[in-house]
Amino acid sequence: MSEARPRFVEVVRAGPLTTVQDIGRAGYAHLAVPRSGALDRPALDLANRLVGNHLGDAALEATLGGVGVRAGCDCTVAVTGSRALISVDGHPAGWGLATPVRRGQLVEVGPALSGVRSYLAVDGGLAVQATLGSRSTDVLSSLGPPPLRDGDVLPLGPPRRAAAALDFDPWPEPSDPLVLRARLGPRDDWFTAAALAVLRSSTFTASSLSNRVALRLDGARLERAVEAELPSEGMVLGAVQVPADGRPLVFLADHPTTGGYPVIAVVEADDLPACAQARPGAAVRFHVLADRPGYGARS
Amino acid sequence: MTGVRLRARPVGASALLVEVDGAADVRILSQEIERRRAAGALGTVVDVVPGARTVLLDGVTDPAALARTMLAWELGADRSESGDPSAAAPVPRSIDVPAAYDGPDLEGVAARWGVGVDEAVRLHARVQFVVAFCGFSPGFAYLTGMPDHLAVPRRATPRDLVPAGAIGLAGAYCGVYPRASPGGWQLIARTDLQLWDPGRTEPALLTPGTGVRFVPS
Repeated sequence: MSEARPRFVEVVRAGPLTTVQDIGRAGYAHLAVPRSGALDRPALDLANRLVGNHLGDAALEATLGGVGVRAGCDCTVAVTGSRALISVDGHPAGWGLATPVRRGQLVEVGPALSGVRSYLAVDGGLAVQATLGSRSTDVLSSLGPPPLRDGDVLPLGPPRRAAAALDFDPWPEPSDPLVLRARLGPRDDWFTAAALAVLRSSTFTASSLSNRVALRLDGARLERAVEAELPSEGMVLGAVQVPADGRPLVFLADHPTTGGYPVIAVVEADDLPACAQARPGAAVRFHVLADRPGYGARS
Repeated sequence: MTGVRLRARPVGASALLVEVDGAADVRILSQEIERRRAAGALGTVVDVVPGARTVLLDGVTDPAALARTMLAWELGADRSESGDPSAAAPVPRSIDVPAAYDGPDLEGVAARWGVGVDEAVRLHARVQFVVAFCGFSPGFAYLTGMPDHLAVPRRATPRDLVPAGAIGLAGAYCGVYPRASPGGWQLIARTDLQLWDPGRTEPALLTPGTGVRFVPS
């Protein structure tokens, strides 16, 4: 049986930045270990479901330029996330579909057409060595496997049967402008009233310096009311941190676990996948949700 | 002297930041959180992240309810007033770190302290340090306990590569680089102890709340 052969894919074209991602390593933040994991989690989940994988299996996250792999065994692949031209040995294949691939065939995911990150799942999942319970590449701390290079061989887990049927689960095209719902705090009181007004009303632009650590925003600067240095404090996914230059950034999966700049607001978890798909130059606005709760103090 | 003063700040839909007055209070609060978390009395909390004067609780189902619960806690009412951070809250676990005091910035640090190199080593090695929090890089612990008058600035120009095991000072913090990385701390010593190994059950030796003493070797 062909299943007796080792199961793997070989990286033919690593692209500008392709990493292995699963759902990350939450629970180690107190040791300064970022959670990491796929930036567009719904896209990873869909790709895994399409090929019959378990949620949380590892897949490839390609950035802007796509990725090409050669199947080392018969397998099933699926591409989700940013739309892209997909081909198997040069023949067009569908986005968001389970696609059978024969050993030796070349799977090409082209440049991202509408977002930034495409996901390529292979049945069995990528079985590279896990670090602290996750196979995710953390670009901030260099945990997990290094970003892919041409010629890398990625082992696969045991074959799985692709889902017989799947409810159609379309990937939402990025909206323009991208509107991020956010809740004020924990340090909104470190900013001027004018800064809060700017946060609510201004249109920012996604910076080309954005990466897996943060979506960086160009545009208006947010002015501080408190100039004191902030003693290091814990940071969360989605935190809108304002560094010394006043330009806000939204923390994504590889964000540092602590930081010394104040967080003016936190973006809702459901809006973070869209942050991962915001192309450089995209317009970004914040929709500030109902006023922050006053939790109070005890002395 | 009253007990620990707690202030709660909202952090999005599923986290809570509790602010106190300093490192000793962070330890008292962290220990109470861990005690209740271990007893299953805190509900779901994915991450508990101490900072310099805060504790972040992340992955929480109902932060508003948790804030109400925590603000009712009576903490540290019986603490001593000695000013010694290790007296304010007990240190459950302590580690001796063997240290070769031959760092490239040792002479400069000694000069700042107005003492000779031997005396600088003695001053540093007699401090009972406690890990206040981790940050910067996996397993990198910020150690408190050094008196404020021994605080030193970071290097004006950070080094591109600091080797694993390098022991440095910045402000009143001491830290040990768990892995090779760039760094701007004043390097006074080094250790062979492997502080960080993701293959171990406990990947970091220096976890928040751990006591640390440096033993000249």
